Amino acid sequence: MFNPQLNNKGNLNHLLSIEGLSKEKIIQILDTAESFLKIGERDVKKVPILRGKTVCNVFFENSTRTRTTFEIAAKRLSADVINLNVASSSQSKGETILDTINNLIAMNADIFIVRHSSSGAAHFISSHVKSNIHIINAGDGNHSHPTQGLLDAFTIRKYKTNFNKLKVAIVGDILHSRVARSNIHALNILGVPEIRVIAPKTLLPHEIEKLGVHVFHDIDKGLKDVDVVMMLRIQNERMDGVMLPSREEYFKTYGLNQTRLDLANKGAIVMHPGPMNRGVEIDSKVADSEQSVILPQVTFGIAVRMAVMAILAGQH
Amino acid sequence: MSILIKNGRVIDPQNNIDAKLDILVVDGKITELDKNLDAKKATQTIDASKKFVIPGIIDLQLNLREPGNQYKATLESEMKAANAGGVTGMVCPPDTTPILDEPGLIKMLKNKSEALKLANVYPLGALTQQLDGKLLSEINDLYESGCIGFSQAEKPIQDTEVLYRSFQYLSTFNLKAFLRAEDPYLSQKGIINAGEISTRYGLNGIQSISETIAIDRILEVANLTKTKVHLNKISTAEGLDLIKIAKKNGIDITCDVSIHQIFLTDNDIGFFNTNCFLKPPLRKESDRIKIIESIIDGTIDAICSDHSPVNEDNKLKPFAESEYGASSVELLMPLIFKLSEEYKIELSLLINKITQQPSKILEINKGNLSINSDADICIFDPEYSWEVNSKTLVSEGKNTPFFNQNLTGKVSSTIFKGNIVFNGR
Repeated sequence: MFNPQLNNKGNLNHLLSIEGLSKEKIIQILDTAESFLKIGERDVKKVPILRGKTVCNVFFENSTRTRTTFEIAAKRLSADVINLNVASSSQSKGETILDTINNLIAMNADIFIVRHSSSGAAHFISSHVKSNIHIINAGDGNHSHPTQGLLDAFTIRKYKTNFNKLKVAIVGDILHSRVARSNIHALNILGVPEIRVIAPKTLLPHEIEKLGVHVFHDIDKGLKDVDVVMMLRIQNERMDGVMLPSREEYFKTYGLNQTRLDLANKGAIVMHPGPMNRGVEIDSKVADSEQSVILPQVTFGIAVRMAVMAILAGQH
Repeated sequence: MSILIKNGRVIDPQNNIDAKLDILVVDGKITELDKNLDAKKATQTIDASKKFVIPGIIDLQLNLREPGNQYKATLESEMKAANAGGVTGMVCPPDTTPILDEPGLIKMLKNKSEALKLANVYPLGALTQQLDGKLLSEINDLYESGCIGFSQAEKPIQDTEVLYRSFQYLSTFNLKAFLRAEDPYLSQKGIINAGEISTRYGLNGIQSISETIAIDRILEVANLTKTKVHLNKISTAEGLDLIKIAKKNGIDITCDVSIHQIFLTDNDIGFFNTNCFLKPPLRKESDRIKIIESIIDGTIDAICSDHSPVNEDNKLKPFAESEYGASSVELLMPLIFKLSEEYKIELSLLINKITQQPSKILEINKGNLSINSDADICIFDPEYSWEVNSKTLVSEGKNTPFFNQNLTGKVSSTIFKGNIVFNGR
């Protein structure tokens, strides 16, 4: 099937979703990220790979962390970075997405980091720009957040080395999570033999098992013998509604505490894409424990985003 | 004025005709139908050899976008598109701007369309004021102004009391409801069929129970109030099962399906192709197969185009933010032909579902080639191969899931009340 993120030579031209990437391509990105990791530890945290290129952060939906890490990543590659908070400017004046993007192209931007609340927005934009423009999806609706999927894979590889023997559990609001979808695809492609999703039925999308996961509704059973626990953020607006009765009940039935974590394999790691709701999906003690790799995820995220930009647009 | 249509394969399901015959049209009426009619009888002759000659198509769902949405299309452009699809009679839903809930608007639409002399327009009046599902429209007045039935378009009634009272009122005057079965709450946030595809794409899904619950509710109320109901655009296998049982139990119900549901599934959405954003959503393969079976076994009475031209800008958006609908009236007959060829379904059975059956549902004497009836005729060339693109489509709307695809068969001429309103080549 035609894959819109590859060019006719089979090279990555955009990064729109994990689905459709080959294992080799993902490994290439992870290996490249590995080489960039050291740059962040140096005194002079810059390499000239994107010198002279302009990177535009176009966020139709608000975000602090993702936008900031992309900005740092681009700057470490020596790119010029422009941040546009479109959520509060041209969109409210009625400008279409394509007009917004085309205006920025007219200003000679090279890479667009796009976040949008609508699934497929990055695909849509990528299909209407010239081939020398690169689109990186920084989250589209509930569809995809590929750099998060890659940085999570990078994190797992750092701590667990071999994907082929792992059991991974993803816990929480799978229904509304582009992170969960990206992780499910990434882990499947990388050969993880058992991926579990743990959630009440209200927070699971239709036929999720067809994406290659085992479904658990009981967190204690779901966490048994896993090597990686990926927690998802529960959005405040999902609480006290028809999906969940209350945050207290959620924490009681699905929150990750040390007792539950002890059901997992010894040395299991705990991940979270942030921002965390302490006391809702995760107990503070677990979040700050030695098993937590939540802050390293952020550090690795910069290296992974550098790798993606370098592969798309650098003289790599 | 007189026209002789010579040597065509005449298919008229109502009169059980499928034979090579000539048709003579004089002063807007069909006057003779026989073998080897004398060419001297007519001032004009159309050579229909190797072509099908069928009654003018009656389309049960065709959005004319007028009044109000001329940015998308105009009454004239879409009636011409309908003619290019062999359509001479069309039912248009009331969700225009303004909404068709006032007799004056119906009269205006009737007058405007009659002046164009291209086809018969059968408007559906809004069942409730502003389609809000709260207060009844002036149903009798709307009927007298020319409404053929009453509809909620894409806005199902939420309040069951209102549904019940509106059916009672329709039933009092023996009028018909044309409804799309959709639960307003279960479908509220939905964009595409609920299933693996919606999960992969992160688009909100609409489950089949959204349709079946609504069908159940409509059937219960219709049965109790003895109201005539036609269900538009059924999309699920489960929904068709319910209708089949209801028909067996003698409930006065008919239904149609849109041409898209016969050929497409949610898999065709590909990489967020907004041309596949439709209402009801494209369903899964097992639904599609069931739809074809139900066409054959008669559970589905009619096939409509659900023609909905959309302005290009409104499709140039992320999937869920784009506007639903597809331009399709010009593809109806070619796709009916394709259905007949690919699934080995008798052509007259299918033609029946776009001519005689819709006429029966509308309770009009149309959709046949009987002597002395209005000469509304479609001539179809089954050998003509063409590509669906912005040049070949007459409609203002170029939005179709079949864009850039090749089709075999195209309407070559359309005659309305004895006048040639479309001549392809």
